[in-house]
Amino acid sequence: MSEHKSPGTIGFDTLSLHAGQAPDPATGARATPIYQSASFVFPDSDFAAGLFNIERAGHVYSRLSNPTNGVLEERIAALDGGVGAIATASGQAAMHLAVATICSAGNHIVSSRSLYGGTHNLLEYTLPRFGIETTFVDPRDPAAFAAAIRPETRLVFGEILGNPGLEVLNVPAVAEVAHQRGLPLLVDATFATPYLCQPIRLGADLVMHSATKFLSGHGVVIGGLLVDGGAFDWESGPFPTINDPYVGFHDLVFGEEFGPAAFITRARKEGIRDFGACMAPMTAFQILQGLETLPLRMARHVSNAMCVAEFLASHPLVGSVSHPGLPDHPDHALARELLPKGAGAVFGFTVAGGREAGKTLIESLNLFSHLANVGDAKSLVIHPASTTHHRMDAKALQAAGIGEGLIRLSIGLEDADDLVADLSRALKRVGRMRSA
Amino acid sequence: MRLEVDGKAAFAATGSAPHVPGRRAAVFIHGAGMDHSVWVMPARHFARTGLNVLAVDLPGHGRSKGPGLDSIAAMAEWVVRAMDAAHLEAAAVVGHSMGSLVAYVLAAQHPDRCRALALLGASAPMPVTDALLDAARDNDHAAIDMANTWSHSPRAKLGACPNPGMWMLGGGERLLETAAPGVFHADLSACNGFDPEADAGPVRCPALVVVGEADQMTPARAGIRVSERLADAQVERLAGCGHAMLSEQPNTVLDALTAIVP
Repeated sequence: MSEHKSPGTIGFDTLSLHAGQAPDPATGARATPIYQSASFVFPDSDFAAGLFNIERAGHVYSRLSNPTNGVLEERIAALDGGVGAIATASGQAAMHLAVATICSAGNHIVSSRSLYGGTHNLLEYTLPRFGIETTFVDPRDPAAFAAAIRPETRLVFGEILGNPGLEVLNVPAVAEVAHQRGLPLLVDATFATPYLCQPIRLGADLVMHSATKFLSGHGVVIGGLLVDGGAFDWESGPFPTINDPYVGFHDLVFGEEFGPAAFITRARKEGIRDFGACMAPMTAFQILQGLETLPLRMARHVSNAMCVAEFLASHPLVGSVSHPGLPDHPDHALARELLPKGAGAVFGFTVAGGREAGKTLIESLNLFSHLANVGDAKSLVIHPASTTHHRMDAKALQAAGIGEGLIRLSIGLEDADDLVADLSRALKRVGRMRSA
Repeated sequence: MRLEVDGKAAFAATGSAPHVPGRRAAVFIHGAGMDHSVWVMPARHFARTGLNVLAVDLPGHGRSKGPGLDSIAAMAEWVVRAMDAAHLEAAAVVGHSMGSLVAYVLAAQHPDRCRALALLGASAPMPVTDALLDAARDNDHAAIDMANTWSHSPRAKLGACPNPGMWMLGGGERLLETAAPGVFHADLSACNGFDPEADAGPVRCPALVVVGEADQMTPARAGIRVSERLADAQVERLAGCGHAMLSEQPNTVLDALTAIVP
């Protein structure tokens, strides 16, 4: 699905500021108010019944929907080119909501093996307890996705930029594989944000984000977003949650009644209602503040990241730098095609001397904060094998390209020269350690 | 509800409730390139409150087999046959945009099948620009972009959908993309070729005309002129509302319909 722009269409930067929000009709407030209310008063009994029966538009209870969250949901749906979205308590909750809305016990997922550690944990260890299994495949090999599909497969999944190896998911190719078998493709676009890549426009059916990262951008909230592209033909396969009567809602058939909004409506009417992993309105407000400057911040994140990556790539103590913006990255050409504005600001590198050298380097940095997060305005550093991905065994770590010496950076908005100077000084200490 | 009309499979939503013999009925007819899902909220409301609801997919739209029909009159006759297939006699007939013309003709040509009429986003005639017709003829996505953009009020182009979390422009675009090749052009040509003098006729049942004051596709003044052709019509004006009134102001539209549909 390519991008179409006709006269009157609103641009990305404008949508980042305005989509989903009109000045508050009650007060005239220009900023999105924080509707810190658990419930909303019904004007009369029939209106109340209508809200519960999906015949009236409005809010009932903030687990199900909230006006502040609604602005955020609409804004991310606009930026990603979807039909609607749901804000969740975390990125993990968004992932779970997507899986739980599609899959039931006995179903199967085909996933890229290059994943955030928490997502790998959910798919590899936790979901099997609920009867949902996952086969992990090389994200660079669309044929491997095809080969892993079974009769009981219901979902194909990958990260647009793998964590932490930065493999670029060939979304058009993997989407074609999925669609040929009647399956939806879910893409985690956390590292890219819609500023760098809109997977729905490349063929993905669903997109999820950890809004904790670049979308909010300041490391102050935990939140997730799930976006429905609205184009997947759910009738093409056995998706009973969409195509069959739902006894939990008076035999409502979401696919019949809601057209392009069938998935996102089911996710709201079942997943958010029953699992309850909703976002707090204050969190939605803070993420909205971040979204207002998303285009400005992402451009700076990306340019700073390229400066740092190029510095590291030329340093004698650095073994390898895995950033798709560098010409020697295996996915450089694909990144230029799918992420023309840049391949993000999170990447890994290895330092000569293995784990001890990595430890010295991390502990010698001043500007970079050693913590488990990415996408902050401030630059961050971590050693994945001992932290974010420590639950993976040696074989899985190797398959995901996570070596003992790998260090992951999330490049922030500082002056690029200061970041390079900080790394340069830390690498000098590594050099002294190695020669001692 | 799965029907067979003219030997072909057809679909109509019932508001998630089975029909009960003897109840009053309401028929909903969608616009060009759309399908029954635009009526999901009023369909569910009137089904819950005791009506037999039939929100049809015209041939070639949604879940009804094609090909599309090439005139408003043919669509009106098809809806009557769909009502026959669903065992509905007289109904409140509600149409939006192209569907409003279909409802208008049905009411004029089959007064025994229409006890009340509601026209949303109506204009008679309903001229369509050459640019839109040409793009639709070529199955160019620009046709969808034009129709979708022009269907939303300036305010709605930035969102603030009453339905939590829904991006109206995205929903409209996806729905128009589901129409089979050629169907959108056939619909627009049918609208463009509609002649109220030749194709319709007097309508004497109670009628409601709902106009959006920010409607670029069928301006409010055009809807008001339609109301003047009807013997017994009320006009409901929706402040700030565009042509996509079912998504922009679903509660106001439903409030208006409750005055005439039951």
